[in-house]
Amino acid sequence: MNSKIKYLLHLADCPLILGQRLGEWCGHGPVLEQDIALTNISLDLIGQARLLYQYAATLVGGKSTEDTLAMLRLEHEYLNLLLVEQPNKNFGVTIVRQFLYDAFNLTQYEKLTHHDDPQLNAIAVKTLKEIKYHYRYSSEWVIRLGDGTEESHRIMQEALDELWRNTGEMFQPASYEIELQKEGYSLDLNAIQPIWMEKVASILNQAGLVQPKTEVMQTGGKEGRHTEHMGYILAELQFMQRTYPEMQW
Amino acid sequence: MINTEINLTRRHLADLLSEVSDPEIPGISIVDLGMVVDIFPEEDHWHVMLATTYSGCPAIDVIPMIVRTTFEDAGVMDVKVSMGISPPWSTDWISEAGKEKLLAYGIAPPNGSPSLHDEGKPKQCPQCGSTHTTLISLYGSTPCKASYKCETCLEPFEYFKCF
Repeated sequence: MNSKIKYLLHLADCPLILGQRLGEWCGHGPVLEQDIALTNISLDLIGQARLLYQYAATLVGGKSTEDTLAMLRLEHEYLNLLLVEQPNKNFGVTIVRQFLYDAFNLTQYEKLTHHDDPQLNAIAVKTLKEIKYHYRYSSEWVIRLGDGTEESHRIMQEALDELWRNTGEMFQPASYEIELQKEGYSLDLNAIQPIWMEKVASILNQAGLVQPKTEVMQTGGKEGRHTEHMGYILAELQFMQRTYPEMQW
Repeated sequence: MINTEINLTRRHLADLLSEVSDPEIPGISIVDLGMVVDIFPEEDHWHVMLATTYSGCPAIDVIPMIVRTTFEDAGVMDVKVSMGISPPWSTDWISEAGKEKLLAYGIAPPNGSPSLHDEGKPKQCPQCGSTHTTLISLYGSTPCKASYKCETCLEPFEYFKCF
């Protein structure tokens, strides 16, 4: 599998796994409006993943389809960020995870809309419109809860402290990204980092939350080395396709 | 002669498409929503290109199916239906008639121009016409809508966000 395919799979796996996580909220949201908001964002993310898998499948060739790529790979073949596979726990953790990812995704997709690859470019232009709404949603909740009651503030700060160690990986290029950067196909993550930081710092400031001083960052997701949570996600995600291969909805 | 025939067929297909409702919003056709991008002859068949609204919209797989059955019911075979993403669909493509139908159905139509910090605002409550409304949530029963509350009649309603 060449670097370009791996990069596209990395781009697709992040929204797939996060979409799967958000789907777990279905029927369990704190209030109806937020239950449907999280699941609507989940739908958007899975839709974005589909566009990328469809494109990747044309490059992989053979019998590969969006479904085989999404549903039938092994754990070490998924190249998503560790952040998106972290458990939902409570609404605060879910929102902080979403916000840290949305800020990254927004920055990344603003760059991808200028990409030379017309297919990737079209996907980026299309999905950026959705990502802007995700970012607005999650950043508004970070502010509301961070600057809310004593209890909501504490929960948000704890969530931030816990998840922060998964943010370093966003800006550390994987082997395929290093390779692709030479030809300008993948993004310069060093250039994205300060833009992400500025967005995050501004919202945390408005929320009255303190940016954690985590020294050691967790990495590996982009290379297929995942946390213990990943296997459980895949067990649920892949169950139907493994049990009834090639089944259609 | 050939051109006239092509125009007639295109017109016929367009008429059929105007009968295809969005599965989530009955009574509003995919033509009203600006989802029909192009209808053109291709080799030995016709090609209907539709625009994807939101990439995760469950209607993505349903709409082409409804279009195909509508064509088949009218005896029109060999039509290829595809969903595209470029240029990206926008709420600017919803026709004025479509906006009126949305309002009549109880959904406040998009009002404003799409950008990062502006989903626009409903002009009025679809129930009582009041302009005194409050946003409840940026998402509604589908990704394309926001939840609102009317401060006059106190009824909740949905607003089609600018996109």
